[in-house]
Amino acid sequence: MTRFAPIKDTKPEDTNYSPGEYKYGFSMPENYVFKAERGLNEKVVRMISAMKKEPLWMAEYRLHAYKLFLDKPMPDFGADLSGIDFDNIFYYIKPSERTEKKWEDVPADIKNTYDRLGIPEAEKQYLGGVKAQYESEVVYGSLINRLSDMGIIFCGMDEALIKYPELVKEYFGKIIPSADNKFAALNSAVWSGGSFIYVPKGVKVDLPLQAYFRINSANMGQFERTLIIVDEGAYVHYVEGCTAPIYTTDSLHSAVVEIFVKKNARCRYTTIQNWSTNVYNLVTKRARVEEDGVMEWIDGNLGSKVTMKYPAVFLVGKRAHGEILSVAVAGNGQHQDAGGKCVHLASDTTSRIISKSISLRGGRASYRGLIRMNKGASNSRSKVVCDALILDKTSRSDTYPVNKIDENNVVLEHEATVSKIGEEQLFYLMSRGFEEHEAEAMIVNGFIEPIVKELPMEYSLELNRLINLQMEGSVG
Amino acid sequence: MMKITNLRVNVGGKEILKGVGLEVKPGEVVAVMGPNGSGKSTLAFALAGHPKYEIVKSKNSKVKSKNIELGGKVLDEMSPDERANEGLFLANQYPVAISGLTVNSFLYQLYKKRNPEGKGMKLIEFRAWIEKQAELLELNPDLLKRGLNDGFSGGEKKKLEILQLIVFNPKQVILDEIDSGLDVDALKRIAKTVALVAKQRKIGVLVITHYNRILKYLIPDRVIVLKGGLIVRSGTGELAVKIEKDGYKNEN
Repeated sequence: MTRFAPIKDTKPEDTNYSPGEYKYGFSMPENYVFKAERGLNEKVVRMISAMKKEPLWMAEYRLHAYKLFLDKPMPDFGADLSGIDFDNIFYYIKPSERTEKKWEDVPADIKNTYDRLGIPEAEKQYLGGVKAQYESEVVYGSLINRLSDMGIIFCGMDEALIKYPELVKEYFGKIIPSADNKFAALNSAVWSGGSFIYVPKGVKVDLPLQAYFRINSANMGQFERTLIIVDEGAYVHYVEGCTAPIYTTDSLHSAVVEIFVKKNARCRYTTIQNWSTNVYNLVTKRARVEEDGVMEWIDGNLGSKVTMKYPAVFLVGKRAHGEILSVAVAGNGQHQDAGGKCVHLASDTTSRIISKSISLRGGRASYRGLIRMNKGASNSRSKVVCDALILDKTSRSDTYPVNKIDENNVVLEHEATVSKIGEEQLFYLMSRGFEEHEAEAMIVNGFIEPIVKELPMEYSLELNRLINLQMEGSVG
Repeated sequence: MMKITNLRVNVGGKEILKGVGLEVKPGEVVAVMGPNGSGKSTLAFALAGHPKYEIVKSKNSKVKSKNIELGGKVLDEMSPDERANEGLFLANQYPVAISGLTVNSFLYQLYKKRNPEGKGMKLIEFRAWIEKQAELLELNPDLLKRGLNDGFSGGEKKKLEILQLIVFNPKQVILDEIDSGLDVDALKRIAKTVALVAKQRKIGVLVITHYNRILKYLIPDRVIVLKGGLIVRSGTGELAVKIEKDGYKNEN
């Protein structure tokens, strides 16, 4: 990571960039062919923007972010990120040129999991990274028609930038500026894919919008960018990711998600990530909630080598409410550094964080949270509950709660428990005829049940089955 | 039939049971009584295979030990789940809570475990049936939606043990002080239910207790007195009445 410290000496043209010259350098010959190459430099950033035929402001935004990315230090907290080799990553590959992997190359344990979960053949191929396209046009098409009749915009972020440039420009990067942190800067420079949702005033979407339906538009990219605007009195539930493991050879996933919840509106955002265990998953997620608005993050982390993710809620209007439900499972070689942040900026605001983590087979799960109550957030309340379950002696759990309170008339509660699976619990269930791993899975599934019950049904069922599979592996 | 032969059990290196032998035939009710510290609960846990209760092996290592047998199978080396799958069911004095594991879901998994391969009731039929069973036990069916034993009263926990017993349908049941901490109505309901189920299904019952009162409704064929890790006396139901009156001091 120190490679990035003396960056100013390496490439002078990177730092001498000025937006004025840029527009002249921007045009590409018609027959330009993008050649994917590893590593990142200003040329790559320009090419990404050019390939997407983006408006000038976005190209400038990207280049500025790229500079910030170079200047920003690596995070000085959380997981060990020294294994990331920024020079060995493809930052953009045209979807049509994605080299398709062979099914034989997908690791056996992942294939086995697909079989055990009963994933249909077509989906297996997609999740395993063998097929870049998932045939869901029919489902997707009719859904989109229905949504657009309600005035809802639901499309890929790239598409939104071309079709709704004014709307995107008004909100893009406004809650998570590219200067926020090194990985937000990286995403701002090279983002590709992700979702854009606009729900008009008073419109309530009765079914969850799932990225899954539109994974054919390269949604599950490495550097996806999602922007959701829920206008006054509206409601939407967005579901991202899936419980089945996603096999990828891309080792870095760094997304940015920004959500605007207007007055009286409500947004629920559910994520389940189960990246293969070579992936560094470093994601910045933030929501801004106005008066009487409600934001709920439901965040499940099963996969990846390292995850650092702390969905945040900024409660800017009176009586706004934020909720973060987080569940993390850290197995062999995994470090899940997850949690949440609630920032109270107005009076009578409320927030709640519930974090459940499980560590097993040498895995490490950390809760990292922030509750901030600024001057003016009088009569606000917050409650944090973090429960950790440690399955064996080689596994580890940590809690890093931070509270910053600048207002007197507030209530903050914090509860934390760390437990192990008790011999008595195991004996009790085994004496009913359940094998040890079945008994363990029952205890673990029970432990995360308060969060799982908030998930859409197909996700909760699959999550339970995944836990069962993992327990089978840990005992047998 | 459950057959216990010269059973010696160590707990934490200390010998608690010093050679216990008894038999329970299908449909038979055998009561084990005894003062505190006599080894009653040790007997229950050792039979169910709790890892802390270690069976002391015979000195003659050439002979494979046969201290606990059920339906002709030797249970000595089996894990708790294997013993359960042979048809042994322990109703606990202190049932353990498992939060988030709903009773309904647990009972159905238990039912599936005991009735595999698509036999028996579908989920929806099972739900209706189990609610009926709960009502017969005077257990509030709303509890079935809660976590297993999570926040249950003493009486509710004991009734749930019996509900599990009904779902489990064992060959042999051990009731470990199921009567402790029960009010008289709950005691009566539980004892009568066990008596009925055991008779109908020919289940052997080993009822471990301090008191005679449960035996008024769950009438034993035999009463055994355990003291200092040994059986000191055995007799008919009369013996339980006598013990209640005179205590254990005369039993040697």
